Amino acid sequence: MKQTFLDLRNNLIEFLRTFGAFQLFFLRLLRYSPEILTTRLGLVVKQVHNAGAQSLVIIMVCGLFVGAVLALQAYSNMSKFNAEDWTGVAAAFALVKELGPVMTALLFAGRAGTALTSEIGLMKATDQLSAMEMMAVNPVRRVLVPRFLGGVIAMPFLAAIFSAVGLYGAHLIGVEVFQVDVGSFWQQIQLTVEISDVNEGIIKSIVFGVAASLIAVWEGYNTVPTAEGVGHATTRTVVITAITVLVFDFMITAAMI
Amino acid sequence: MRQTRSVEIGTGLFVLLGMSSLFFLTTQTTGGDDFKAESVYTVEARFENIGSLRTRAPVTMSGVTIGRVTKVAFDAMTLEAVVHFVIDAQYDQIPDDTDASILTSGILGSQYIGLQAGGSDMYLEDGSEILFTQSAIVLENLIGKFLLNAGSSDEDSD
Repeated sequence: MKQTFLDLRNNLIEFLRTFGAFQLFFLRLLRYSPEILTTRLGLVVKQVHNAGAQSLVIIMVCGLFVGAVLALQAYSNMSKFNAEDWTGVAAAFALVKELGPVMTALLFAGRAGTALTSEIGLMKATDQLSAMEMMAVNPVRRVLVPRFLGGVIAMPFLAAIFSAVGLYGAHLIGVEVFQVDVGSFWQQIQLTVEISDVNEGIIKSIVFGVAASLIAVWEGYNTVPTAEGVGHATTRTVVITAITVLVFDFMITAAMI
Repeated sequence: MRQTRSVEIGTGLFVLLGMSSLFFLTTQTTGGDDFKAESVYTVEARFENIGSLRTRAPVTMSGVTIGRVTKVAFDAMTLEAVVHFVIDAQYDQIPDDTDASILTSGILGSQYIGLQAGGSDMYLEDGSEILFTQSAIVLENLIGKFLLNAGSSDEDSD
């Protein structure tokens, strides 16, 4: 009994320690960020390419199909009320406010987050990070900050592309397949969606971008430096990012309603 | 060097695509504001019931949007709703006995103000008030009246 209590206490303390270290790590990344952005922009550009440009295909294909399925569902339900014109509105609201940022963040975790974690984890396992320290190169500045910034910059763009391609998918299903009038399809969207709805999506994607990149970089940097450790860290990146993104999504939505 | 170049081109393309998507989302999916005026004048109207009329609702005449609702308030003295709306200044020859009614676009659509021209020689100007108004038709009241009528006509036939 006493033993379980002690274990519980130790676990709690260990959790608090990790959580605190995570916050301090975030501050450290932020502290180096302006300097890296101004002096080593090339490194950041390369990471924007890795996290953003190379995720384009998966984001666009997923966006197209998510938009298409939203329009399909919306149409089949709206047509019960003879409100087919609202197909586009349903798809637009879902995409711009929710599915755009959330789906992009989840895909980002799977595509770019895992790549970041395993890359940094392997660097650590093969002692590359220690080697840098020996050469008086700060690995946080040189390796982690550009990767973090690359993810943060790429994410809002990816979410916007997801939503835009998704709307095109909705247009394909609604207008081309179900013959909803193209004028009323887009006019209803324009009349109903407010600029604040778009802003909500953008704010969400920025928050998710910071969260997803931070978690990926953190997990990579704190990998147990073995083959198994890298595998575990990669899995944890996806799991923790997914949970964080969905919880944050709820909180932001609740705060903005 | 070649590799850096292709990375830079790819990144540039990506950011450009992202920005154009943002531009598309902010301009093409929102607004839909078919009312743009360089100068406007404000008119006021009092209604018994405005239904679900909101600010930014269109003000139309013969179906053309000529203005927009700017303020909805409640007058505690007269217990009426006071609606302020602006009209494009190029339409400055609207008779001052014009009547305003709150209408609904489509069966589930949003509400707007429809103006019906009167015959006066005096025109509406900044700060004038529309005296003839017709309140929104609230669906529940309508159904209530209908049920009441249906009930009484049943009794008549018995």
